[in-house]
Amino acid sequence: MPDAITPQAGAHATTLGTGFTDNPYLPDVATVLETVQETPTIKTLRVRIDDPARMESFRFNPGQVGQLSLFGVGESTFVINSPPTRMDYLQFSIMRAGEVTAALHGLKPGDKVGVRAPLGNWFPFEDMRGKDIVFVGGGIGMAPLRTLLLYMLDNRADYGNITLLYGARTPSDMAFRDDVQEWLGRSDMQTTLTVDQAPEDWPHRAGLIPHVLLDLAPSNANSVAVLCGPPIMIKFTVEALKKLHFADEQIITTLERRMKCGIGICGRCNIGTKYVCMDGPVFTYAELRDLPNEL
Amino acid sequence: MSFARYIARGELARALDDMARGRVTYAPRREGDAVVFRPRAEGEEPLLARATVPPKGVIFPQSERLFAFIREKDPNDPGHTTVRLDSTVDIEPALIFGGRPCDARGFHIFDRVYLNGPHRDPYYAARREATVVVTLACNKAGSTCFCHWTGCGPADTTGSDILLTPVGEGADAGFVAVAVTERGGAVLEAANLPEADAARSDAAQAVHAATQAALDAQSPARDLSATPARLLERFSDSDFWRDMSDKCLSCGACTYLCPTCYCFNITDENDGGDGMRGRRLRSWDNCMSSLFTREASGHNPRMGKALRLRNRVGHKFSYYPQLHEGVVSCNGCGRCITGCPVSVDIREMVVRATEANEETPNA
Repeated sequence: MPDAITPQAGAHATTLGTGFTDNPYLPDVATVLETVQETPTIKTLRVRIDDPARMESFRFNPGQVGQLSLFGVGESTFVINSPPTRMDYLQFSIMRAGEVTAALHGLKPGDKVGVRAPLGNWFPFEDMRGKDIVFVGGGIGMAPLRTLLLYMLDNRADYGNITLLYGARTPSDMAFRDDVQEWLGRSDMQTTLTVDQAPEDWPHRAGLIPHVLLDLAPSNANSVAVLCGPPIMIKFTVEALKKLHFADEQIITTLERRMKCGIGICGRCNIGTKYVCMDGPVFTYAELRDLPNEL
Repeated sequence: MSFARYIARGELARALDDMARGRVTYAPRREGDAVVFRPRAEGEEPLLARATVPPKGVIFPQSERLFAFIREKDPNDPGHTTVRLDSTVDIEPALIFGGRPCDARGFHIFDRVYLNGPHRDPYYAARREATVVVTLACNKAGSTCFCHWTGCGPADTTGSDILLTPVGEGADAGFVAVAVTERGGAVLEAANLPEADAARSDAAQAVHAATQAALDAQSPARDLSATPARLLERFSDSDFWRDMSDKCLSCGACTYLCPTCYCFNITDENDGGDGMRGRRLRSWDNCMSSLFTREASGHNPRMGKALRLRNRVGHKFSYYPQLHEGVVSCNGCGRCITGCPVSVDIREMVVRATEANEETPNA
């Protein structure tokens, strides 16, 4: 291979714009306010952008993602799982899986991170007004659901019945414990927890999410199901919803992809003509059905 | 914006010097077995050979710094550091000489994504703005050239500021230079060149026509209008893609040699072991690599090379045209064919995928 063309440095320094709209690659520097060890492998970071004006004007919709970075290690994509109705901080929950996530797990309050957000599309929360909502989350897949669920609870009168089915492998793999306790105690939503392997003192359901969902048998009338979890869970949960006569248009999910730029340029997160970072991460099952089969 | 000037063969170096006042000129130079674009010294006689690589790296460097990060101890809280980001970049006015129409059109393929998409890429935009593209029309058809299939051609001006066409023989050899853009016009004016008379302009047209005829004789132009849909129909035909990718080594030479491949990676580097200073880089990436889409969880939607090749061909001949008014993101330069160590031929894939046959589902 011929080696690189290296444009020669000269005296023509150009400072490219700062702030997200001018330079979409330049993150906002943010400070970690607090961390929560949710499970042995999931850690939550609550961060505020350092520039007060930028934090003040920061707007996003439930389901949008951000690129969170540790300078010198790299960036990864996570959903902003706090709701836009609660803007004291932006919350990201990180499952330890690779180099960047392992480094993010090592952060303490006061440490600096980079945030490029908001990116991507969002849950159609306006179109969902007046409907019954069925949330189905598996493992870290609860994170994107959390932002929408909290948004809906903060605008409770706008939505019909809210049902949550949240599953994990074991009780210790359940994230957002404080939230879950609160949701279990709320009379204006129905919360069901399930684990694949239940210890004897587990007071909730045991069994795989799709089986429990069939047992709960939520009505498809005027309903929308929102699901997120590992690919295998999505596959079988969609099948269960079909058995419950949910139409493809009534099923909404969010996709994961390896993303770098987050703005539809770098070319790795496409499924056919759709870029998950721009056209997603939120898709209805009807939209996914029409895409080339490359999930 | 179109006027024609004439550059006698012996005047080329001087004319280039004049056109490139205040600019670094990148021109073809032989290095080992390859012809590559390198900064040219004033007065240097440029090579007219077609380069082994496209000049895309002048505007889209193989690796570039997006910003530097500088950590400093927080004076108010010595246990913590603050971070400063420096997104200053050095961008020199430049001129690319001697790329071919397929090379220049590559920048147009980039422009649609990097300048005119939902987000403007400020790094690409600044270099594109600072670079004049002086293209050499082709007077020969290379054995792997198929620009005439893709909407490009031996004298296509898309993406260029100035087009030079070689005309005449021996003592009468020279170039007809036509300004394509206003900027190209200004640069051409600065070179104080005589106007190209009608005979020379006609000679340039004849060169264009002769090269076009040579290409047509070599391989009749294909109608690729049905290709986007046909490739989608082929999407689940795993036997077809396995067959097509059988030889492929996933080495990525095709992507690095391609004037239209624009995928990149973003990575961080530290200056030293203490993590106090470093930089975030953007580097060319390669969709044929198995790591390109591999997620941290281990899930990889394009695990096998057949799926990766399907995406490469699909992107160029189906997805991109669907998103960009039918424009194909391949200019038929043939470098991926000549540069492939095992002779994978994108022409064959496109032709076979486009041809409806009984094996094609839904065709």
